[in-house]
Amino acid sequence: MLARAKILLFGVISASLGAQALSGHINPYFLDVIIGIGINIILAVSLNLINGYTGQFSLGHAGFMAVGAYTSAAVSIFFGPHFLARLGGGGAAIALLFFIALLAGGTVAAVAGLLVGAPSLRLKGDYLAIVTLGFGEIIRVIFRNIPALGGALGLNGIPGYTNLFWVFAFAALTVYTVTAMVNSTYGKGFLAVHDNEVAAEAMGLNPTKYKLVAFLTGAFFAGIAGGLYGHFKFSIDPKGFDFIKSIEIVVMVILGGMGNTVGVIIAAVILTLLPEVLRPVADYRMIVYSLLLIVLMLTRPQGLFTPRKRALAERKTT
Amino acid sequence: MNEFLQQLLNGLSLGAIYALIALGYTMVYGVLRFINFAHSDVFMIGAFAGFYLSRYVPRESLAGGFAVLVGAMLICAVLGIVIERLAYRPLRSHSKLNVLITAIGVSLLLENVGQLMFGAKTKASPVLFPSKTFTFGGLVVSSNQIAVFVVAIVLLIGLRFIVMKTRIGTAMRALSFNPIAASLVGINNDVVISFTFGLGSALAGAGGILYSMNYQAIDPLMGVLPGLKAFVAAVLGGIGNIPGAALGGLVIGVIESFSNGSRWSTWTDAIAFTLLILILLFRPGGLLGKLEVEKV
Amino acid sequence: MNNWRKQILLAVTFSCLVWAGGCGKSGDQGGAAAGTIKVGEFASLTGKEAAFGQSSHKGTLLAIEQINANGGVLGKKIDLVYEDDQSEPGQSATVVRKLITRDNAAAILGEVASGRSLEAAPICQQYKIPQISPSSTNPKVTEMGDYIFRVCFIDPFQGTVMAKFAEGTLKARRVAMLSDAASAYSAGLGQYFREKFVADGNTLVIEQKYNGGDKDFKAQLTAIKAANPEAIFVPGYYTEAGLIVLQARQLGIKVPLFGGDGWEAPELVQIGGSALEGCYYSTHYSPQDKSEAVQNFVKQFQARNNGETPDAMAALGYDSAMVLADAIKRAGTTDEPKLRDAIAATRDFPGVTGKTTLDEHRNATKSAVIITIKDGKFQYVETINP
Repeated sequence: MLARAKILLFGVISASLGAQALSGHINPYFLDVIIGIGINIILAVSLNLINGYTGQFSLGHAGFMAVGAYTSAAVSIFFGPHFLARLGGGGAAIALLFFIALLAGGTVAAVAGLLVGAPSLRLKGDYLAIVTLGFGEIIRVIFRNIPALGGALGLNGIPGYTNLFWVFAFAALTVYTVTAMVNSTYGKGFLAVHDNEVAAEAMGLNPTKYKLVAFLTGAFFAGIAGGLYGHFKFSIDPKGFDFIKSIEIVVMVILGGMGNTVGVIIAAVILTLLPEVLRPVADYRMIVYSLLLIVLMLTRPQGLFTPRKRALAERKTT
Repeated sequence: MNEFLQQLLNGLSLGAIYALIALGYTMVYGVLRFINFAHSDVFMIGAFAGFYLSRYVPRESLAGGFAVLVGAMLICAVLGIVIERLAYRPLRSHSKLNVLITAIGVSLLLENVGQLMFGAKTKASPVLFPSKTFTFGGLVVSSNQIAVFVVAIVLLIGLRFIVMKTRIGTAMRALSFNPIAASLVGINNDVVISFTFGLGSALAGAGGILYSMNYQAIDPLMGVLPGLKAFVAAVLGGIGNIPGAALGGLVIGVIESFSNGSRWSTWTDAIAFTLLILILLFRPGGLLGKLEVEKV
Repeated sequence: MNNWRKQILLAVTFSCLVWAGGCGKSGDQGGAAAGTIKVGEFASLTGKEAAFGQSSHKGTLLAIEQINANGGVLGKKIDLVYEDDQSEPGQSATVVRKLITRDNAAAILGEVASGRSLEAAPICQQYKIPQISPSSTNPKVTEMGDYIFRVCFIDPFQGTVMAKFAEGTLKARRVAMLSDAASAYSAGLGQYFREKFVADGNTLVIEQKYNGGDKDFKAQLTAIKAANPEAIFVPGYYTEAGLIVLQARQLGIKVPLFGGDGWEAPELVQIGGSALEGCYYSTHYSPQDKSEAVQNFVKQFQARNNGETPDAMAALGYDSAMVLADAIKRAGTTDEPKLRDAIAATRDFPGVTGKTTLDEHRNATKSAVIITIKDGKFQYVETINP
């Protein structure tokens, strides 16, 4: 299974390299939306690890995205010029710089994930949700108060390094990592913690470690997504990483069926496309969007793609 | 000292409004174990109901003000019941998280319909009760702030009475302990749940009227921030716990007031959340809440 | 794959195709061959700042309608394609890309908020499509490139105007400031005011901040009251300014409050009421201006918009479109860089917000108008020239 997954991973990465080469022929607006889809896939799949598989209700994912966005942007803007000057500034140098910037963003976000995960360990359910939401807001307020990073105006002038290849290579990497983790023997622990923490502990698993690993990994990829986002929009604004954004990602995870990676990916695609598809209905766009959310939940409450078995398990028991 | 007292007063008055909204969150959570995201928008509808109803009553009169208050509460109660019936009841047997999404959908719907119907521009809210300012040796209190305290206390006492001393209140408490057992002893869960929603929404409506009285400006998105803060207040006090919600509201209001009046006013949100996190670390069930012991 | 999955996959594919095909228009930029000139506009039509976006949009619409009614430009009608950025960061970039690459806009009008203008600017610059912002006042916007313009004054100018006004007209040497920490506009305007005011030897006795969307300012005002200023500068938006003035009076603060163009809206008086008596603010234009151009504009706007009086955003939205049309006429084409050069050469264009001249930084050097509130009405005080 893992071998197949690896082949799929390399396949997608190569395909995205090819797609990138041909991307000059795609309309930039389409490219814009497709890249947006890729970034949302990374966000949704990484959150799925925390919320879906490990059952930790996190409402602060946008905070990790913010950390990654600001960190990688800072690397590109402040450190980039020296770096490129030393290496000659060619395409390979830029690619290396971007890779370093993204990794930096992801790593700092992972540290943030650890900081958020640690105090949250004692909390359950809705208390955990509030605390993660709080952390997300705290991160946002911190960035809004740093003048060197633009403050309330946001950080502008971020070089546009993001392209199809980077986005989909990382999307594939995220999906692979999460799937491989969860399907491994070690990874069954996530599901165990989700289903019944006390029983898991009784079986000798350490729920604390699992939760921390989930937060760490989820935050890392959210940070990468943030970095890709920043280098794609050329500017980032603290307001764009508020709890509303976190909720948007949570909606993707729930709609896709918690703990179902394929479902979550498709949900991310649909929910990214939906506002664009609805543009012709401009004035009523958000009304249609919210009605669709309600209708979707009413008609397909187990998420769009949860297989029958899990759907039954999801029904509330006495 | 004067400044301190004034800030405290400001904070308590703001907190009383958060408390009213928080009560709605906590009641619904207590009975249904889910966070009604659309609650903050019912609050907004209450304020707008007051805006439109005020055209039919004489301005600045006590009787007129009460009429509008009661009218708005009724409208919100009905709205809450309708939302529950259409959007939440069909999902009752499913996971909480689905209802969460539906609630988010309802919230977005109310906000956007509001922007379409009422217009996105901020409107001046009408003066309902006669407005006077009192000064007690350096401390400034407005009659509106007093009205907030009075109404909030009355509603809180009324709520406590309903929950503790009436049959439907007992039914609510029974439901929050164990829904299946409650229906086994003959409680009509649907009716009780509808009642809970109606009551919580009426409180939100009252909050909306009081808020618009004190802060004279209403707009379709006015519920988002107070709603978030009230939700935090409810959790802070122990979600599902009614006195806890009131306490949480006051705490949040006071923290916000002191933070806003200091040098650190740009960090107010962060300060409020940090304190929340610290409190939850030491009391994971909230200030007055009881952590549910998991039986294995 | 069970039935549901197939259906969903079908739906997704179908909507992709519809979306891709349905709006497939390709062709030369500006649609010149097709007989219309395509102009793109992006604004916050929904969301937190919908009030401003809708205002500026209505002004722009009126201008385009009038231009088309008079035969259009270069013999062609202007086709205004507009998109909503929902007041959210991240949307402007997508929308402007769409307007330029899919709708083939020859120029972009937008945005009101400096943050969102900044987001779109690199894209317009990259595609060499001129962008004209109606009312973004942060200096950084036009620094993004030589294809980015604005038809309003910038915050350094406005800050200086208000500093001079404070010490000159209000005779206040000790002033407090209450600004919006969440708004780049407010922070910027506050900063420039502070620089000029303090450089002139005056004192800023205390600075307090609030967050846009807040309704309760008693905490900050209590602190300000304790510092005993002679006047209070509030460089924020009318939604908060109205409440701030009201609450200040409730707390017993008697000194005048004054602000910038963010105060400009009919709702200011509705919200602030009699508390606003004796307060001042600077703005781009006043609907009370007796000049023929302004009065005509006001009447036509009211006729088209249910009696609504146009505010500064609407007036600037109107002017941005008019300046663009004028430049297209002068350039004789929508090709670049001819159009860009024509816009840059705008001199003394008679706009409803005053004579508009674009300087070498592509900002408009315009006068500021000081307004006061007397007897519940806006009253013109004076014009301050650059």
